[in-house]
Amino acid sequence: MKIGILGLQGAFFKHQQMLNSLDCENFIVRYPEEINQCKALILPGGESTTITKLIDRIGMRQQLINFNGPIFGTCAGAILLSETCDDERVKVFGKIPVNGFRNAYGRQIESFKKEIKLSFSDKKFPAIFIRAPKFSLINSEIEVLSEFENIPVLLKYKNILISAFHPELTKDLRIHKYFIELVEKS
Amino acid sequence: MEKKSFDVKVGLAEMLKGGVIMDVTNAEQAKIAEDAGAVAVMALERIPADIRADGGIARMSNPTMIKEIQDIVSIPVMAKCRIGHFAEAQVLESLEIDFIDESEVLTPADEENHIWKHDFQVPFVCGCRNLGEALRRIGEGAAMIRTKGEAGSGNIVEAVRHMRQVQKDIKKLTVLADDELMAEAKNLGAPFELVRKVAKDGKLPVPNFAAGGVATPADASLMMQLGAETVFVGSGIFKSNDPAARAKAIVTATTYFDNAKKVAEVSEGLKDAMEGIDINELSENEKLANRGW
Repeated sequence: MKIGILGLQGAFFKHQQMLNSLDCENFIVRYPEEINQCKALILPGGESTTITKLIDRIGMRQQLINFNGPIFGTCAGAILLSETCDDERVKVFGKIPVNGFRNAYGRQIESFKKEIKLSFSDKKFPAIFIRAPKFSLINSEIEVLSEFENIPVLLKYKNILISAFHPELTKDLRIHKYFIELVEKS
Repeated sequence: MEKKSFDVKVGLAEMLKGGVIMDVTNAEQAKIAEDAGAVAVMALERIPADIRADGGIARMSNPTMIKEIQDIVSIPVMAKCRIGHFAEAQVLESLEIDFIDESEVLTPADEENHIWKHDFQVPFVCGCRNLGEALRRIGEGAAMIRTKGEAGSGNIVEAVRHMRQVQKDIKKLTVLADDELMAEAKNLGAPFELVRKVAKDGKLPVPNFAAGGVATPADASLMMQLGAETVFVGSGIFKSNDPAARAKAIVTATTYFDNAKKVAEVSEGLKDAMEGIDINELSENEKLANRGW
């Protein structure tokens, strides 16, 4: 069983490079029937409206809702996993009890790079935020693995991991490694 | 906090991969594009086919129109400025446009220099016909490269030519020895350090998109198979007889570009594509691709 990376649109090849660097078996998922072949899933960043429309157009929503394995969502992917989204154009899966707010920092001009602390590592992480979302917690069982300006940006709930930023755009493999360990434990 | 970082600029281009960027001229078209699943819209006053037909000077779009489009869609909004017209670029940046296209579709403002794009916080995309041109633009700070193609022609032949040329130039670099790279940099007219980087990586240091002449789902599939990472569709959608259906079909064909059955399926029932122009009927000074260097 491999990790599937949803490849409908967005930065999926960047995630694949990260998994390849960690010698982790993976493949790009573009068809509904492929979801069942995955041990875990990555939902990449991209445009959440576009990905929402493609998921419905190709009939993949039910397979994603039914999927019980670990999922890592970055940026748009994280929004899709949220309980709610402030933008009705995006249809969420409710896999993690957070409210998602799209483009919460503003347009591209507000995108930035910042070193942030991770709860599971001593060294800071070079986080790249692109038209990034914000999340508010609606359940106290969520583990906050990283914060920026008192806003949670890396979160874990059961076997779901979400980040508001893009670890796949760096060469730093720690967060992907953390996810693979989560997959191995499950 | 670093906002001008090149990683942050290229980051947005990475997020647009595997998608379709559509030219729109008003809020209504922008909504159609977003509903069809566009990853971004390019706000411009006239689509290239009309610019070509109307003649005269083509300039940056009016801020009112750009703002109306920004208000109605949630996807990134791009806009074009004239080649070398850094003041238009400054205006677009002040409007918080997400990506600026320093574009040959508009009438060039400077026939010698392109914009020094490193000065800006907003990322730029520029057109190219070959690797030398691509690397010159990246050297100036472009965070995304696209083929020039021949905008407004509805004819894919120039985009194919430019994409194949870039890929051929890249392949050549990967087999050259270290002591041959300087001479090749000279031939290409490209910054040496970027030539070395491409020779080592076998790909451009920024995302490489296709533009200029895409009119059908199969055109999108062709460009993706030739190595484009995303497709721009200019006149192809709103000059066709069925913009909404065609836009949707091109989006799906871009995701499943390597699946001919899917491309066939989404092409079924589409009405006529835009009328095209035979490139051989255009004189050299009518070709938009010849603007810029």
